[in-house]
Amino acid sequence: MASQVGVSVPATRRAEFLAGFKATIPLALGSIPFAIIFGAVAVASGLSPAGAAGMSAFVFAGSAQFIATGLVASATPLPIIILTTFVVNLRHALYAASLAPYMKHLPQRWLAPLGFSLTDQSFVLVIQRYEEPDSSPYKHWYFLGSSVLMYFNWQLWTWFGIVAGQRIPNPAQWGLDFAMSVTFIGMLVPMVKNRPVLVSVVVGGVVALLAHGLPNQLGLLVAALTGVVAGLAAENVLSKREPTPQPRVADPHATVLTFGKSDAATRARPKDVS
Amino acid sequence: MNEVVLILGMALVTFAVRYPVLALVGNIPLPERVFQALRYVPPAVLAAIIVPALLMPDGDRLFIAADNARLIAGLAAALVAWRTKNLLITIVVGMGTLLVWNGMLALLA
Repeated sequence: MASQVGVSVPATRRAEFLAGFKATIPLALGSIPFAIIFGAVAVASGLSPAGAAGMSAFVFAGSAQFIATGLVASATPLPIIILTTFVVNLRHALYAASLAPYMKHLPQRWLAPLGFSLTDQSFVLVIQRYEEPDSSPYKHWYFLGSSVLMYFNWQLWTWFGIVAGQRIPNPAQWGLDFAMSVTFIGMLVPMVKNRPVLVSVVVGGVVALLAHGLPNQLGLLVAALTGVVAGLAAENVLSKREPTPQPRVADPHATVLTFGKSDAATRARPKDVS
Repeated sequence: MNEVVLILGMALVTFAVRYPVLALVGNIPLPERVFQALRYVPPAVLAAIIVPALLMPDGDRLFIAADNARLIAGLAAALVAWRTKNLLITIVVGMGTLLVWNGMLALLA
């Protein structure tokens, strides 16, 4: 899915925009079932059609929207829902931190809308475009092309889901909500490129099972934090036990940019400890 | 439940996660330790969402068996994701496996 990014992209605004748009098509297709089921489940959970559409338009964060509607259905207090949204979206801070060094020359009128439109899917593509060696000054237009498709695709299929959800009695029984799980599996598996990440994943998953009984999705937060700590600990232990020939990369950008690739085969990590 | 407050609140915290970092971090260097820890956030969060969805499909108890269609479909999706690194194929195979497995379970029942 990442092979559409190429150095052959001519450096014009239009070409960058179209390249970003085109590279995003498979990811946008993958999010269609998720958008439909969100729209359908949201109205089934007690949100109004306008509320469901408004959430997609103004929040634009699939997994957080999905979890929030689940909390709405179980009559969770509003501050807890908002706090959960914050926690579920925390990973976007990492994406933003990875992209920021490439985008610091951009004015706020670019950064605000691109920041608003940051998704897992666009991030994976855009960071690869920024890492291409060519010196195109218009790579933010690639980001824009990706974001425009992701955003309007999400709105369109949310509306479809809202309309369909009012006609289909129990959308979850069709299993469409499983699209979120398989999408996340497809994003997670390529991230597991070394043993510390594997430790982080296993510990995060096991703790999520153990902490599942905690109220208000607190289990997710506990599991995620434990997974992060476990990954860090494993990285430190392994790097002590078997010192890698290459020292830690001093430049934080170089370090952080090695994460999140969907295409592991084409990219060598400078400091794999595995 | 006030929908307007809910959506505004969610929109605000989501934007507050995405935008300020984008606007500031390029100019303010963070300690490398922070980046090191942040790298584990996406895999840890995704694992914490996926594992209960597969192993606790009813939301309350462990269900590790061949007639847990979500577990089987999730394992099939993981295998395909590992071999192909292709998200679209992963989604198609995962959803297809769920459909087929549920159909087979319905026939056997």
